[in-house]
Amino acid sequence: MKLITAIIQPDRLDHVREALIQADITRITVSRVTGHGRQEDIEIYRGQKIAPNLIPKIRIDIAVNNEFVDITVDTIIHAASHGVGEIGDGKIFITPLEECIRIRTRERGGRAI
Amino acid sequence: MRKKLLTSLLLLLAVSLCQQGTANAAAAAVVVTDTGITSWMLTSTALVLLMVPGLAMFYGGLVRTKNVIGTMMHSFASMVIIGVLWPLIGYSLSFGPGILGGFIGWDSKYFMLQGIDDAIMSTHIPEYVFAMFQGKFAIITPALIAGAFAERVNFKGFAVFIALWSIFVYSPICHWVWASDGFLFNLGAAGAIDFAGGTVVHISSGITALVAALYLGKRRGYPNNVMQPNNLVMTLIGAGLLWVGWFGFNAGSAIASNLATARALTVTQVAAAAGAFTWMVIEIIQHGKATSLGVASGILAGLVAITPAAGVVQPSGAFALGALAAIFCYTAILIKNKLGYDDSLDAFGVHGVGGIVGALALVFFIRPAWMAEAAVKVGGSWTVWQQLGVQATAVGVTIVYAAFMSFILLFLVEKTIGLRISENDEMSGLDHSMHGEHGYGLINLN
Repeated sequence: MKLITAIIQPDRLDHVREALIQADITRITVSRVTGHGRQEDIEIYRGQKIAPNLIPKIRIDIAVNNEFVDITVDTIIHAASHGVGEIGDGKIFITPLEECIRIRTRERGGRAI
Repeated sequence: MRKKLLTSLLLLLAVSLCQQGTANAAAAAVVVTDTGITSWMLTSTALVLLMVPGLAMFYGGLVRTKNVIGTMMHSFASMVIIGVLWPLIGYSLSFGPGILGGFIGWDSKYFMLQGIDDAIMSTHIPEYVFAMFQGKFAIITPALIAGAFAERVNFKGFAVFIALWSIFVYSPICHWVWASDGFLFNLGAAGAIDFAGGTVVHISSGITALVAALYLGKRRGYPNNVMQPNNLVMTLIGAGLLWVGWFGFNAGSAIASNLATARALTVTQVAAAAGAFTWMVIEIIQHGKATSLGVASGILAGLVAITPAAGVVQPSGAFALGALAAIFCYTAILIKNKLGYDDSLDAFGVHGVGGIVGALALVFFIRPAWMAEAAVKVGGSWTVWQQLGVQATAVGVTIVYAAFMSFILLFLVEKTIGLRISENDEMSGLDHSMHGEHGYGLINLN
């Protein structure tokens, strides 16, 4: 089991979410986060271009069984990319997942995912 | 003794001064400003403008988070664009003497309001106040349409569309209904009854909303994806501001500060509450729960329906119109969901349907004194059914003209500038794709 954590740009959330559903990956947790990588967010504030030091991002957490890691990651990469080669499309982290428990049934492990 | 003499002298002086005063006023029949009326009209003007940010909040809360700025900008764009257009040409097109066979008004002395600098109207208010009061109606009407195609229009296309719509749809209809030489103003015994904008504001915008929703098509994913409101708290504050502002909208439309004003204010309050109450009861019976959005919708339905009627019905009629509007609008929204067209924020379902219900059903609740006066004017009898014919004509003319003209304008703007945004921009959201901003930045620590 792996925990896939993706940090993406807010405007790509719907693209990623819909692509994941198409790929049958439907269990997903989404949160609003702020942070900064290498991107500088340029927005317009009263005519001034400003670069805030912390940038809004979307964090997606998906726990998957090992055989679904590749399809999940490929789907996210494809859907989250703006395709213009600019910095800021985001990152994906994959971490080993020790245990998973479904609270209702107390199932454990791969079946609970 | 001396003191007494002095007092009597002073009294005499005062009396003679008074007499001279009245004599002067009678001699020079110049219309003077009435400070009481002017104060109320200034207040009303501000109250109607307050409805526009109210509408921005009402609509803004109902869309998804990624579209909140884009949707609120539709209302604010109307304040900006019509705010420029109205003093420039809108007032002249609407309230100038009829040209082109009465199709529209025009008087070059109203261009940029330059000819009214000293004008005091026969209603004892400066014409500036009337022009600005009417300008607020011209601002809110195009803003109402935006609810039909929320979450999927190009900002530039929208801006051009409302400017054209204001010139080619709002101004002619406003001229027909409200200008003293407009043909609907003079239809039948005492004209088509549209006290504060049932046809001019709500039916015209509601019908345009329906045409726009059909022409531009559904939002991506509608109706399979659930599109939940991002902030119902804001929607409720918006509905509250609309209710407050509506007192200026209706009670200001008497262009007076007297009995007519009091009547309009009372029926406005009654209809809003009756509409909300009815909607709430329907929801409790159907779903077991009263929703806040239902109450907000009921308030609006009641207010829309009483708008044309506020000058002629009594409180009992206001109860009935508010309740009827809630029933019809609720049903219209159910039918919309069955038919599957995407009037996203129910601009037609509330303003179109509520406006039509109000403009037609009001004939059954007209106060007897009004009917008697109408009968005297035609020199015989005047029945409810004859007035219904007049109302139906006004409603029919508005529907046909607004639908036809709006379709042409939508088509033109869509083919030139583009109105429907690309799928990619729609998925990203209007805030990002149209404005380069996001609505709730402060929630994130940036």
